[in-house]
Amino acid sequence: MVTLEDLKTTKTNTWCPGCGNFGILMAFKKALIELDIAREEAVLVSGIGCHGKMVNYVNINGFHGIHGRVLPLAMGIKLANPKLNVVGFAGDADQYNEGWSHFAHAVRMNIDMILIVHDNMVLGLTTGQATSTSQQGFKSKSTPFGVIPPMLNPLAHALVSNGTFVARGFSGDMFHLKNLIVEAIKHRGFAFIDVFQPCVTFNYLNTYDWFRQRVYKLEEENHDVTDRRKALDKAFEWGERIPIGIFYKKERSTYRDNLPNLKDAPLTEMPAEPVDITSTINEMM
Amino acid sequence: MGNNKISLLVGGEAGAGITRSGFLFAKTCLRGGLYVFGANDYQSLIRGGHNFYTVRADKEMVYSQSDTVDVLLALNKETILFHKHELVSGAGIIYDGDQIELTDEELERDDIRLYHVPLRKIVKELDGPQIMENTVALGAAIALLDYELELLNEVLIDTFKTKIAELNIKAAKKGFNYTREHYGNSFGYKFQIKSSAGKKRIFLTGNEAIGLGALKAGCKFYAAYPMTPATPILHFLAPLERKYKMVVIQTENEIAAINMVAGASFAGVRSMTATSGGGFCLMSEGLGMIGMTETSPVIVLVQRPGPSTGLPTYSAQGDLRFAIHASQGEFPRVLIAPGDVEECFYYTVEAFNLAEKFQIPSLIILDKYLAESHGTAEAFDQNRIGIDRGKLIIRDEYIGEEEYKRHKFTEDGVSPRAMPGMKGAIVRTNADEHNELGYTNEDPLVTTKMTDKRFKKLNVLNKELEKFETIKFYGPEEADATIIGWGSTKGPIREAVKILSNEDIAVNYLQILYLHPFPTDKVKKILQSAKKTIVVENNKTSQLSSLIREHLLTTVDHKILKYDGRPFNPKALSKSIKEVL
Repeated sequence: MVTLEDLKTTKTNTWCPGCGNFGILMAFKKALIELDIAREEAVLVSGIGCHGKMVNYVNINGFHGIHGRVLPLAMGIKLANPKLNVVGFAGDADQYNEGWSHFAHAVRMNIDMILIVHDNMVLGLTTGQATSTSQQGFKSKSTPFGVIPPMLNPLAHALVSNGTFVARGFSGDMFHLKNLIVEAIKHRGFAFIDVFQPCVTFNYLNTYDWFRQRVYKLEEENHDVTDRRKALDKAFEWGERIPIGIFYKKERSTYRDNLPNLKDAPLTEMPAEPVDITSTINEMM
Repeated sequence: MGNNKISLLVGGEAGAGITRSGFLFAKTCLRGGLYVFGANDYQSLIRGGHNFYTVRADKEMVYSQSDTVDVLLALNKETILFHKHELVSGAGIIYDGDQIELTDEELERDDIRLYHVPLRKIVKELDGPQIMENTVALGAAIALLDYELELLNEVLIDTFKTKIAELNIKAAKKGFNYTREHYGNSFGYKFQIKSSAGKKRIFLTGNEAIGLGALKAGCKFYAAYPMTPATPILHFLAPLERKYKMVVIQTENEIAAINMVAGASFAGVRSMTATSGGGFCLMSEGLGMIGMTETSPVIVLVQRPGPSTGLPTYSAQGDLRFAIHASQGEFPRVLIAPGDVEECFYYTVEAFNLAEKFQIPSLIILDKYLAESHGTAEAFDQNRIGIDRGKLIIRDEYIGEEEYKRHKFTEDGVSPRAMPGMKGAIVRTNADEHNELGYTNEDPLVTTKMTDKRFKKLNVLNKELEKFETIKFYGPEEADATIIGWGSTKGPIREAVKILSNEDIAVNYLQILYLHPFPTDKVKKILQSAKKTIVVENNKTSQLSSLIREHLLTTVDHKILKYDGRPFNPKALSKSIKEVL
């Protein structure tokens, strides 16, 4: 059985005291423990930003990549070895700004992996600029007169891109988030969780209290997770009440299901010897 | 012009199947035992414009296209007007006189034979699609050259589905018969089947040879975004995905492609991507990540003229410096420039082996001319190929005295490499500077030590490369000058050297295959005894000259540079060489 002790690393944590990332870190570890996933069988892929340091704080396989590119990196790993549990962690600027182009494609490709976005609606590590999920009017170092365009809606985007698991968590509710991650790992296909994660240093607006006053759990209001239209309605709900939980969940064939040639073995298990290409050479005669 | 020696050009609008027709003729020559070279020239458009494909066939090895044309298959009038001055005296033009009205003034030549063949009428009689006019013209060309129609028929059967092949065979026969009846053997050409005829040699492009090399080397993961002239590698591998049990994936962009191949490599799979200059710009950041994380995919850069979009379907060698320096910071890499289809194959395998052995990115650089031209080669010798995966640990469980460290300091700088998933090993890597365990680390001592570790690999790689054919030297030993080149200029240079040798002018040729790390000692040894050095390159600033200057502290005597998007023609090149001798 994997324990919290096993997952601990020797690295000193450098997140601000009270950072929303702590809730995600603990929820993820607890999910691994609950599902008893061996450390060697999980891969943590992270991007650039405060969230990126996740790779230093969980003692499992890890790849700390570059800004915005968590998804293709993680997808390459998963396609090469489907036996691994691949979990991508990205920030809101990381995924929704720099890496936006990859998001819709990852969702529609439906590779069996997880994406958890630490969404604090601000750029933390670069000391406080607006991101695409900052609220309209949000004042920051880069937007002293307030953010002009409306915020991007990642959940709605995931839904219209044929997402098969679309959820939102709140790092202030670790237990609920842990359950979401457990469900995401169990889901066969691409599971996406956007996580509200208050930045205690640079986001003066979207604080723990701000979220606590607004979030409510979809499962407590008999939300039908198989109804995409309702899920879309819920994804647009913003203001006094903001839903968290699983918005939508539906299985469809994964990318790998459509690669019949790879049914017997992962690419990583194919023998490392020269391949006989005689027949292909002969076609060129 | 002479027996079993010809340069044929087929030209027409984009979308008229020009490249396919040229290819069919070339393959017909190949099957008859001739050596063939085929080059295409097309514009960045789908319909209209002017496309052409030149086939040069000879009983001796041919390394490039020729400067002149002996037979012109003109599928439109522009082809005649555009190429009339390339025709040799006595050359023949096959064209449809019903469709093309040509006055003497327009032709401007009175030493050309015109062979009208009613291409459209014949196709109509057969109730075939208009594109089949090409096949009628091919049949006519076979008749004019007194060649075997049966060879063309076999090629058609191998190329098309049965029904389409049958129709094309009929079309070719009609073109053949018409020409025989109306023109006999007035062209006076003899094209005979050689004793080496049959399915023996292979005819393929540089792109295809790279694809074959990747397959042979056990590449199991190819990710790319279409970009001319690298796209044909994707087209080649995609239909083979199932046969060779691999993943071939078209990504949303080049950034995704490079990150995906990095991920696959980290997981333990041989992976590759290919692109052209613009896509390579997008890949630069990923390339640096590969250097930092010591992963080992192969990256193919197929150059076209720049800057920016430049001439999308033409050729250049302007990205040499870019490939050597792309991405921020300093890290070791290897850059290989094959010069013909055979080298494209064997050196791709080498690129995979070096990448894994040294845990560095391997870059292969070529250009549109080599990537899309067809060359003849002996069927590749698969027995020559070995796979070296370096320090990859292929076991179910990691057994070590201490915790597994992905970036462990070692004597040669190369750390034992476990695949994630292996029991007892946590495999962690990091685009941030990191310690041996892969944890982020910004300590000055660790930073220095890690940088040194990565560069140690370059020293060992340099030693290893002493045993490799990093340069090739083509005699004679005693010569008035030494031509120096890299990549696709090889073909025209070898032809030019031959032309000069027939004129009793002795020049030799140094081909540099490894541009980085630069094979300084080997190049120095050759250049020490060179009477005169001439660099031949398809770029404006002679980037190879600057590399030679950098590594050898010598200035080359002359530079012959061409940067019009077109490859060198051998005869013209030989003249340029003579001018500086």
